[in-house]
Amino acid sequence: MTSYILRRFVNYAILTALATVFVYIAASSFFYPRRRYLGRNPPIPEDSIDSILTGYGVNDKDPVLLRTWWWIERIVTNPLPDKLGHDLSNNAVISEIFSRAGVSLRLLLMGAILAAILGVVLGVWGAVRQYKASDQIVSYTSFILISTPTFVGGVILQILATNFNNATGHQLIRFTGAYTPGITGFWPQLMDKGVHLLLPTIALALFGAAGYSRYQRAVMLDVLGSDFIRTARAKGATRTHALVKHGVRVALIPMSTYFAYNFGTLVSGSAFLEIIFSWAGMGQYGIMAVQQSDVNALAGTVCFTAILLLISSTLSEVLYAALDPRVRV
Amino acid sequence: MSMTPTPPTDQAVDLPTDLEPTASLAAEAGVGAGSEAQKAYRPVSRGRLVWRRLRRKPNFWIGAVILTLIVAFALFGDLLNIYELGEQDPYSFNAKPSGQHFFGTDAIGVDLYASMTEALRKSLLIGFLAAPLATVLAAFIGSLAGYLGGFVETATNWVINLLLVLPVFYVLMIISPLLSSMSWVILVVAIGLFGWMIMAQIVKNQTKSLKEREYVKAARYMGVGTLTILRRHIIPNVASLLIIDATLGVASAILAETSLSYFGLGIQAPDVSLGTLLQDGTSAAVSRPWLFLIPAGFLVTLLTAVALIGDGLRDAIDPTSEVNRA
Repeated sequence: MTSYILRRFVNYAILTALATVFVYIAASSFFYPRRRYLGRNPPIPEDSIDSILTGYGVNDKDPVLLRTWWWIERIVTNPLPDKLGHDLSNNAVISEIFSRAGVSLRLLLMGAILAAILGVVLGVWGAVRQYKASDQIVSYTSFILISTPTFVGGVILQILATNFNNATGHQLIRFTGAYTPGITGFWPQLMDKGVHLLLPTIALALFGAAGYSRYQRAVMLDVLGSDFIRTARAKGATRTHALVKHGVRVALIPMSTYFAYNFGTLVSGSAFLEIIFSWAGMGQYGIMAVQQSDVNALAGTVCFTAILLLISSTLSEVLYAALDPRVRV
Repeated sequence: MSMTPTPPTDQAVDLPTDLEPTASLAAEAGVGAGSEAQKAYRPVSRGRLVWRRLRRKPNFWIGAVILTLIVAFALFGDLLNIYELGEQDPYSFNAKPSGQHFFGTDAIGVDLYASMTEALRKSLLIGFLAAPLATVLAAFIGSLAGYLGGFVETATNWVINLLLVLPVFYVLMIISPLLSSMSWVILVVAIGLFGWMIMAQIVKNQTKSLKEREYVKAARYMGVGTLTILRRHIIPNVASLLIIDATLGVASAILAETSLSYFGLGIQAPDVSLGTLLQDGTSAAVSRPWLFLIPAGFLVTLLTAVALIGDGLRDAIDPTSEVNRA
């Protein structure tokens, strides 16, 4: 089993490297960072632009493959802080990633956990009570929530919060950025950060749970129709025992693969939440990189995201093989 | 997955489920008991069976009616309107919805109703082309890889995993100059090509489990071809997952389009889509809410309708999920 996991991991590591290089080549071919320095008044001499761009390693006069080679070379030879080069604002990409990853994690962790728990509970509950009023209400609500894109839901939450603030006459719900600058003291700061987390967490928990609950309900319904549940009931297990010990356990197996992937993609998928709620996280960094044609920043973001996916895919494979004895390793 | 094998082409297996509805239909029509028994054993195709179950699903009808209304609105809605797409009314800027401008106007007096019908057409087309493309790819590649195993599975794993570690949204964003310089059809293909991997992975894992079942082995030892086994025994068993995938796929395809357009990277002016309308409306969401809430409402209603249809289909295709036997 250990050798299997190890082999898997090496495979994924190669994939991660391939994917990152692929993105670097694509970004280098499509982006045109020179545009940033053109059309300025007074115009910047071409030599200066060339030397700036060459300094970042993104000069479009060098062939794409050569630039890619240099990028790989820097990763291998440079000391850690410089491995991924500098973005166009001249910040080291690695240090930028580390500070932003923490921001993203703080923004998303709570919401993601709540979404998973809520999703599983609602899904199982809906499957067990299929077609009863409670199932119908949960179903229709989640249908509507799944159909609400994050950026629509986030803006609607903000409109509601603004109306709520206006109605009460106080700035009770604050939703711009991670915290209000200038607040001192441990408890006031904690309070302030909690308040800023409120809307993003609600958004993530609601919209995530809606999606999870549909999948969980579908899987659970398939399990409920299976023979081993009937067997468990026939040999005298109570309904609850049969559902929890035999049903939910099996129904969670396909979900584990799904969870692992979705948790892995959280950091790159949070771009909308981060932009709507103005958090300086990884998602925002990636979007900004594309909009500003910043090759190094984007390649760094993609590298980071790919490594996260690497870990979560390995976890999900291991989980699936360990949980479902029908899949032989 | 269902533990009971239900090979769809084998009529004898389908008969018990089929007996009751046919009988009750015959009874409704006032046919005598003798001919009822004969009628019950008339071979019934799987399509008719599914349709018979499907038409009893309220979810399906709610979704179908809403979707039909939206499609009709997208196709014929502009007949009611006196304003052309993109036409500016110099006498009403930022007008609220009224008899003159059904959905109001924006800051330069462009009629939102006219933009809305056009945007819906574009988004509907994108969704209903890209999602089936992705699902068909997922079903075919996933089941083939899981069933054949060996080298094919290894190769498929590599491709799937490579595409999975590629952050799709960033890739779409990077190639967006290409997308916007060419027709939106390229966008459809791109969304489809990047949307099949997770489902293929799930189908593959299920197939690995399914191919150890007796009825699949029996078929194989009888010399049934690989593609036939996949079509008859594997795909029907993962159908409920595929249906959900295709349904949510329409949603995610339209979502991918709206998201890209929301960042100004998908559909480009002068073309309009739900995404571009939402992008224009966001800045005005608090002061002129109709510019945001009307496109948002259409988007959410459209996606909800599609999800409801998918749910109805799921129950109809996989009858074992209907009965709560626990």
